[in-house]
Amino acid sequence: MTTILDPTNEREPVIRQITPRSGEITGRVALLDISKPRGNVLLDRLEALLSERLPGITVNRYAKPTFTKPAPDALRREIQGNNDFIIEGLAD
Amino acid sequence: MSVLPAFLLNDENGEGISFPGGKMALICLLKEDCPTCNEVMPVLESFYRAFGDRVDFFVAGQTQEGNVRLRERHNPSFAILDDTSLKVSFAYDIDTVPSLFLSDEQGNLEKQLTGFVRDEWQQLAKDLGDSLDCAAPTLDWQLLPAWRPGCGSLSVDPLIADRLRAEAENSPLRARKIEIAPAIDEFEFMFEQGFSDGLPLVPPTPERVLRMLSGTQRDPQEVVAVMPPNMGDATVEKIAINAVMAGGKPEYLPVILAAVEAVCTDEYNIHGVMATTMGASPVMVVNGPIRERIGMNMKLGVLGQGSRANATIGRALRLVIRNVGGAKPGGTERSTLGNPMKFTMCFPEWEERNPWGPLHVERGFDENDSVVTVFTMTSGPTLIVDQSSRTASQLAGSLGLGLESAFHPKAHYATEVLLVVCPEHVDTLIRDGYTKADIRARIQEVTKRPISELVEDEVSAVGFSKAAANSMTEEALQKELPKFKRDEDIHIVVAGADAGKFSGAFHGWATGEIGSIPVSRKIEEV
Repeated sequence: MTTILDPTNEREPVIRQITPRSGEITGRVALLDISKPRGNVLLDRLEALLSERLPGITVNRYAKPTFTKPAPDALRREIQGNNDFIIEGLAD
Repeated sequence: MSVLPAFLLNDENGEGISFPGGKMALICLLKEDCPTCNEVMPVLESFYRAFGDRVDFFVAGQTQEGNVRLRERHNPSFAILDDTSLKVSFAYDIDTVPSLFLSDEQGNLEKQLTGFVRDEWQQLAKDLGDSLDCAAPTLDWQLLPAWRPGCGSLSVDPLIADRLRAEAENSPLRARKIEIAPAIDEFEFMFEQGFSDGLPLVPPTPERVLRMLSGTQRDPQEVVAVMPPNMGDATVEKIAINAVMAGGKPEYLPVILAAVEAVCTDEYNIHGVMATTMGASPVMVVNGPIRERIGMNMKLGVLGQGSRANATIGRALRLVIRNVGGAKPGGTERSTLGNPMKFTMCFPEWEERNPWGPLHVERGFDENDSVVTVFTMTSGPTLIVDQSSRTASQLAGSLGLGLESAFHPKAHYATEVLLVVCPEHVDTLIRDGYTKADIRARIQEVTKRPISELVEDEVSAVGFSKAAANSMTEEALQKELPKFKRDEDIHIVVAGADAGKFSGAFHGWATGEIGSIPVSRKIEEV
């Protein structure tokens, strides 16, 4: 991870990069629970549906310690290193 | 946290209210766009009515506009304090709003509630009523939701938290931190963010920026200038970040700071310089002891590539203009052709080879001062090739003829010029005792043309219009105009290799108050 300082006047948000979309879901899919109440219920259902419709994929479950803070670096690295896709449940 | 951090916050009338205040206290930190915070406002009101005469109340909101809306929406009897700096929210280490703290008279924490859990708030109301020996708030608790989680506090917003942490840790850096994932190439990332002039940039890591800041004694948060078109604050830190990206060294920073200050003056008018379709750009001339100290090249190839100091100082100024000011090609930068000097153009004068005295002394500075002068160029360096003239009068005449094309040969009184006289030409001029004034006078003399020759004609419509010429007397039409309106519009410096009879000229842009006037600024001594 390289950290740089913003050279601009900071009036605009940093443009995030989006990974190219392949058009199909294969391989390993991470489901990230941000730890808002009942997020796990939604993700349980989603996991069941994904496994039913896409039997070839592997689903890995993760949870952030708290919804109020960004995911810790270690968790981000683990998700990025071990998965091809991520679905994150945001807010409630 | 057993002792709650002391604080001083302003109420809505701008009066400071401090904690601890010698009484028990209830402190509630909240923000207006959080639904739970709005739910608790009436509860806080009932607490205030029940306990307000015995307990200090500190209800602080996190945004200015939000506090106004909270006042309009709930009109509480208590003041809504201003924690828009988020210093108290940060010091209290909260993740969630609303966060409620109860303290004793000395400021020790007795209870902390996060979000809204009805039973907890109800219990607190009862306990407070009991301990203060007064009636608990009159409130129909059953009408309130059993539980609301609250929202994230602005003080843990990643973009703001970095700044708050830096302030708390006394780090000099305040700029937004951008994390680039390991899988992403940071050089490509910076191109894609639009930070670059088209060439690769050095990643401005905090370590590099701190090192760059060691080149100045100025406060990193000092605003050196407000830079158009976006009126961005060009702080020392922001300039240092761009200086790192440009490839500069810490000892160059004072020159860049002075140049930023110079271009942002009303006289210099950087906005016009960037916006013009003519394709103008600043030329920086550096004078004084700093030239040697930071290793600038003033001799062979002075206006070209190869010197890190010359190249990166000029580039840093341009990157500040792009990134802090926001002047980008296609945006407010509208050059028809552009101009390669927009990448970088900075050079020092070879003062020791200048028999007439250096530019900065001519402009009123002490010879021991280090000074940067910014001049706006639109063309050049245009070479004036004269390997033949052996007298000063001939050579200065050649310089004049060489300058006739500035803007257009028929455009007189239109612009200024920065003449870079090469050492061999200096020798020819000084052999006959020519001063700068003599050079200027000779240039004006050989470029004089009667107005009748400067009127639009079949060859070119540039110059005086036919209508203007028709309104003139024959005598007026015969009046001769030199190329430049004033002799002092010819700025003269010395630089270049000892060998070669080639002087150069940067042609200017619109001059005077409607355009850009050269500006000099003293460079900080470090």
